[in-house]
Amino acid sequence: MKTITETAPGIASGKIKSEQLTEDCLARIAELNPTLNAFITVTADEALQQARHADQEIAAGRRIGPLHGIPLSLKDLIDQKGVPTTAGSLVRKDHVAGCDAVVTRRLREAGAVFVGKTNLHEFAFGTTSEDSGFGPVRNPHDPSRSPGGSSGGSAVAVATGMSLGTIGTDTGGSIRIPAAACGIVGLKAEWGHISAAGVVPLSRQLDHVGPLAASVADAWLLYNALHKPSEQVGDALDAAPLDGLRFGRFSGYLSDRLDADVEHRVRETIALLQQRGATVVDVALPHAEDMAAIYLHLVFGDAAEYHARTLVSRPQDYTTPVRLRLEMARYVLAEDYIRALRGKALIANEVDRALDGVDALVLPSLAIPAPPLGAATMPVKGGPEAVRSLMLRCTQPFNLSGHPAISLPCGRTPAGLPIGLQLVGHKGRTPALVQAALAAELAIAETS
Amino acid sequence: MNIAEWLEAAKADAEARGLPELIPMLDGLAQATERLRKADWNDNAEQDPFDSIESEGGLDLSQGKPSQ
Repeated sequence: MKTITETAPGIASGKIKSEQLTEDCLARIAELNPTLNAFITVTADEALQQARHADQEIAAGRRIGPLHGIPLSLKDLIDQKGVPTTAGSLVRKDHVAGCDAVVTRRLREAGAVFVGKTNLHEFAFGTTSEDSGFGPVRNPHDPSRSPGGSSGGSAVAVATGMSLGTIGTDTGGSIRIPAAACGIVGLKAEWGHISAAGVVPLSRQLDHVGPLAASVADAWLLYNALHKPSEQVGDALDAAPLDGLRFGRFSGYLSDRLDADVEHRVRETIALLQQRGATVVDVALPHAEDMAAIYLHLVFGDAAEYHARTLVSRPQDYTTPVRLRLEMARYVLAEDYIRALRGKALIANEVDRALDGVDALVLPSLAIPAPPLGAATMPVKGGPEAVRSLMLRCTQPFNLSGHPAISLPCGRTPAGLPIGLQLVGHKGRTPALVQAALAAELAIAETS
Repeated sequence: MNIAEWLEAAKADAEARGLPELIPMLDGLAQATERLRKADWNDNAEQDPFDSIESEGGLDLSQGKPSQ
């Protein structure tokens, strides 16, 4: 995969032209999108115009920074002025954004080129990207399988070079799950640290906006650019020394229902971190087994409110599975929603306690490799389990808690399907989390 | 409303609205709701739902507020 970090110096020096880079991405889209269905809208003309303008500006000595002239994509629930925001649904097929989302504006101000809007699980209400009004997204490592979701098209775009980076959203794992399933990096920011203005919500209290990228350094570069200039930390970070880092490892709910290959590879990676000097200690989330019920009631309550009107006025425009789940969501009682809010606060506190005395928590990003499209269950230790439950199992705790979390590739199954390692950091210390991830990425690369 | 009463009413409503496919799905939601209601943090509803969680000082509900 071509990285932004490696490409940007070439653009700065004029050896690489943004126009050529953009044409390459558009060619990859033309070649692969008929099979993988990663893009809903391709903005080729606008992208080429932006790229030519970037080349002119850079040649004139007015380079803005490392994202200047870099082709990116946006999950199609993020507004880009003048372009449809479908949220993967025919309910919004006639919508055209009147202005940029805050994150789009920040990337535009950083000089990025936008090649298009990526496909997703309809309204981000699912983890496989197969229920979209525009057809299912397919995994580039095996097109019979899901790329994960809901930011499935975004992950596919980066994994295949259709764009060099992308912005997605994560309500229960929708950045980290597809990043793991497609073998790329996904960074879920701390809740509220990146603006969600101009982004179609699923659950405003759980939605997180963040980057998916080919490397940890690229993810950081994009994450940094999504902030106000006054809040940006810097375009690059150094890897933390592994010797001295302390990681917390879960037992119980977050490790007892894993695919055998995922479990083996994540254990090997944790052992590698220890061999390189890191300390690993056992930590716990006492209410981990309640998380799915907490999450369900919150997302259902929030989604039911957002979709109440269109479920009545345009029910036929939803995919059937998403419509039925939204209809089911309307039966959540207020008293149960409040119980779930209390549980959410409890989980946030327990994640803080798990982080006491460690730099980051370490666990799989995804309990299983990418599942076959249409699969209802997958085999894991202890017997078959529902795909939806398995997809969310390792990621949703940190949507409830709001802690920053990153998924990075840590190997593949014997069948060649990617496996993701997840690191979870302290609130207010995202740079330290990314520095730990840079160190882990380096160690994994050295042994691959 | 207890869960059995809620489930019966919800299933009848789904049937009346022409959504019989929802009926088996509502059983799954009922199981999740049962789990939620049995959770130990519900044992003392007198406590403030947020202050009761933190041992010191209460939760800062402003943390993570989306910025523009």
